[in-house]
Amino acid sequence: MSEVAIKNLTLNFGPQHPAAHGVLRLVLEMDGEVVERADPHIGLLHRGTEKLIEYKTYLQAVPYFDRLDYVSPMCQEHAFALAVEKLLGIEVPERGQYIRVLFSEITRILNHIMNLTTYALDVGAMTPLLWGFEERERLMEFYERVSGARLHAAYFRPGGVHQDLPAGLVEDIYDFCETYPKFLDDMETLLTENRIFKQRTVDIGVFTAEEAMDWGMSGPMLRASGVPWDLRKSQPYDVYDRMDFDIPVGKTGDCYARYLIRVEEMRQSLRIIKQCLDELPDGPVMTQNHKLTPPRRGEMKHSMEALIHHFKLYTEGYHVPAGETYTAVEAPKGEFGVYVVSDGTNRPYKCKIRAPGFAFMQALAPLSKGHMLADVPAVIGSMDIVFGEVDR
Amino acid sequence: MDEALHDLGGYIAAALPQDVIGTDVAYGELVVRARATTITKLLTFLRDDSNCLFKVLLDITAVDRPEREERFDVVYILLSLSQNQRIKVKVKVGEDVAIPTASNVFSAANWSERETWDMYGIYFSDHPDLRRILTDYGFEGHPLRKDFPLTGRVEVRYDETQKRVVYDPVKLTQDFRSFDFLSPWEGMSDVLPGDEKARADEEEEAEGA
Repeated sequence: MSEVAIKNLTLNFGPQHPAAHGVLRLVLEMDGEVVERADPHIGLLHRGTEKLIEYKTYLQAVPYFDRLDYVSPMCQEHAFALAVEKLLGIEVPERGQYIRVLFSEITRILNHIMNLTTYALDVGAMTPLLWGFEERERLMEFYERVSGARLHAAYFRPGGVHQDLPAGLVEDIYDFCETYPKFLDDMETLLTENRIFKQRTVDIGVFTAEEAMDWGMSGPMLRASGVPWDLRKSQPYDVYDRMDFDIPVGKTGDCYARYLIRVEEMRQSLRIIKQCLDELPDGPVMTQNHKLTPPRRGEMKHSMEALIHHFKLYTEGYHVPAGETYTAVEAPKGEFGVYVVSDGTNRPYKCKIRAPGFAFMQALAPLSKGHMLADVPAVIGSMDIVFGEVDR
Repeated sequence: MDEALHDLGGYIAAALPQDVIGTDVAYGELVVRARATTITKLLTFLRDDSNCLFKVLLDITAVDRPEREERFDVVYILLSLSQNQRIKVKVKVGEDVAIPTASNVFSAANWSERETWDMYGIYFSDHPDLRRILTDYGFEGHPLRKDFPLTGRVEVRYDETQKRVVYDPVKLTQDFRSFDFLSPWEGMSDVLPGDEKARADEEEEAEGA
């Protein structure tokens, strides 16, 4: 039998592909069914967020953060709010801090439902998606009740949160915490020991701890490789230091470990939510310095000063002292940081957004090398990619 | 907290006196100012030294200050998991100067440097694959530079007659507006408009005396 030369095949995956979780163009060099080299082309959703923020006041910049990772909006506002507060040197009232932690954890569940269920869909299980989105809708209702918007909330602002919780919301969130573990158990019966799911995820896309650090991983991607690292524990912000919760850490560093970590994180988030609801103190939710935060509507009807504050705040904004900071939070996907440089005016001189997904996307090449083509969507799904934050 | 950062800054400066220009601590964050030519040496030291162990490179970015001669500050943001510390390394570079790549020290540097190249036009020498990353194929200019217009230079539309996407120069229906919010009281010098001569007289008197 004569030798046949086999040429590598270049395969174009995307930019419109349901398993790419957005607009990813992936150029794959294939040796038959095996991936030799993966070259992700990103930037198809680039909207110039960082440039736009340089031309907006600090308050106007907040809604841009919702539009980065649009399945976990509040955690990103949180990073920006903390950075600006650090530069301004202001403290958020305790109730504001509790509400932020409460909604950060709601956001985490929101994000993980989205990720795990669509991930299951990618590897062949449809039911978790249908069940999960029902729960997700309940969480987005909480978003709507507190901020008026289901997705683009603009709720965490420098100085606190924009509005206090409406009456009855605390009880409803509590009810959710009571019923949600049932959904988690149901979902786990479908996936955790499922033979097909395990065949698609176990030993796929493995990172050792050293590799994960070298490639700039964070969040569940880092913890799956056995690194016990979570900013909520190691560099706590707001009232996370008062919360009692555990950090799940994986052993194998594969896609399955990432799945397990996200499931456990949801259970831990429920614990934090319950603690926040139990301990929620009374008081204002925003700094009472009205040079930085708007006065109440009622006040404006009779106080000239409040009216002036309101007008100044929504036209000029506030001036932030010159300086720079890199502030990061543990967003559901990983470390989300903002590097804000202020020159003393009312607009950021520079605002660099460090999105966890950008580093994950880069790691797709080493993670998928040597795997089959069908494993590439499994790896992408387990990385929890949202192109809003990768492309910015 | 700040004390530990000062100590760490002093330690780094003492270990590499040739490569570190200075260290600052502001807002509880440590900044090391370094030289562009030996940046990989410093980053390798920060990664491997047992008192530092900054094993995670979170990001590389730049700040554009066009009024300065070396207009860019390249900023490396690092994290040490074992020491639970963060550090920023800052390097000044000019427009036409290349800076050595850090991608052989941290794998994560590869895309961050591509992004910095794309956005600011800072050239990283010996980079394995310095292509544009976020902007369009065939894009011209570096959008995050301060002299790049917010609205960009070209806009795209689908042309029905040519059956393809065409690029046109940007046409704005309303002029781009950028308001100066510096209050007249803060931005004011002590010379009244139209009263420059009063100061000239004083200066002449001073010279005469």
